[in-house]
Amino acid sequence: MAAVKNLFATRWGIIGVGVFIGVLATLLQKWGNPANMGICVACFDRDIAGALGLHRAEVVQYMRPEIIGFVLGSLIAAYAFREFRPRAGSAPIVRFVLGAFAMIGALVFLGCPWRALLRLAGGDGNAIFGIAGLAFGIWVGTLFLKSGYTLGRATPTYPAVGWLLPLTMLGFLALMLVFPQVPNEPKSGVLFYSVKGPGSQHAPLAVSLLVGLAVGFLAQRSRFCTMGALRDLILFRQVHLFSGMLALLVTAFVMNLLLGQFHPGFEKQPVAHTMGLWNFLGMTVAGLAFLLGGGCPGRQLFLAGEGDGDAALFVLGMIVGAGFSHNFGMASSPSGIGPYGVAAVVTGLAVCLFIGFTMRQKAA
Amino acid sequence: MALVDARGLSCPQPVLLALGEMKKLGTGSLEILVDTDTSVENVTRAAESQGWNVKDVRPEGVGYRMIVEKA
Repeated sequence: MAAVKNLFATRWGIIGVGVFIGVLATLLQKWGNPANMGICVACFDRDIAGALGLHRAEVVQYMRPEIIGFVLGSLIAAYAFREFRPRAGSAPIVRFVLGAFAMIGALVFLGCPWRALLRLAGGDGNAIFGIAGLAFGIWVGTLFLKSGYTLGRATPTYPAVGWLLPLTMLGFLALMLVFPQVPNEPKSGVLFYSVKGPGSQHAPLAVSLLVGLAVGFLAQRSRFCTMGALRDLILFRQVHLFSGMLALLVTAFVMNLLLGQFHPGFEKQPVAHTMGLWNFLGMTVAGLAFLLGGGCPGRQLFLAGEGDGDAALFVLGMIVGAGFSHNFGMASSPSGIGPYGVAAVVTGLAVCLFIGFTMRQKAA
Repeated sequence: MALVDARGLSCPQPVLLALGEMKKLGTGSLEILVDTDTSVENVTRAAESQGWNVKDVRPEGVGYRMIVEKA
């Protein structure tokens, strides 16, 4: 039975993966990644956009090997367990747009759901507003699901379609090796690097890549998804994925206590601001976009690794969205929301609601 | 036998469609077509939570044909 053979998809399997991510994310912080940002898919996609010069925010430019590892680790798992299924064609442009606005919303809060958990586990009380907003956005999305929201079917396609994002990631890795970081230089070959700020803080390349590969492998097997965790809880009262998310939070909290990385409070938290309403609403936009797109940013990377070309487009949308976010002053900084942060949230909500209302197969 | 074709649909639509059909049927047999192992696992979990048993899962095309039953 296909359902029985996968140990990682059991309750203890998903909890184990949550624990694994919680341990390694907090260790990555000790090994050099920014505080409360051991792993943040939104931040790291944004740093990749910076490394490529898609935005020129000097403090957030680094080709994060964790992201590369996530996609390739998932690809390896998918092949090892015969789950690589090239597929695409489920409203691709909508996936791209949702990815872009998911990123724009996440950067108002300053983090993806994974980082929201890591921020809370590190004592950052502002994360409570973000997580509440995330849950609210997902709840709104479940109403669309109940009334027939669908982006339509993906269909099987050429293996090369499924390979394009993994190959892109291999290309990014090659660029890092050809143009390695030069101390105190903002550029190496075609790649941009941060000299200061979060983009300058990173674990050694090999460590980040290995952790990324391991997390990508396990997350593909376990279907770990932070958006799905809240969605299934709200929609089906089902705690399977939620138990993995909770395991990540609790483990990261304990690890932070052990590593001396727990600093409770609201003020002066690392790479965070204290505007509760905008933390809430930024993540509302992101949560709704994740739900409409079928997965949290991490899950989109893992899906892309197992051949889902639509998820790959969501990922590319996130990277491009990060470019817009910083170029247009929509991203927040530790001093608060950007000059166009409010406009970003309003536009993001409008776009997500438009997609939710207009893409339903039947009325409720 | 009633049939739900959930191939190519994103999470959680295969589960939503399958649960909807199970609710409509009450008891009996239901065939569900899915295209990923993830969907097999998710539908299995959802079916069992509603007291349905997964009687058979067999590969078909690039995906699977599942049969669930409730007496």
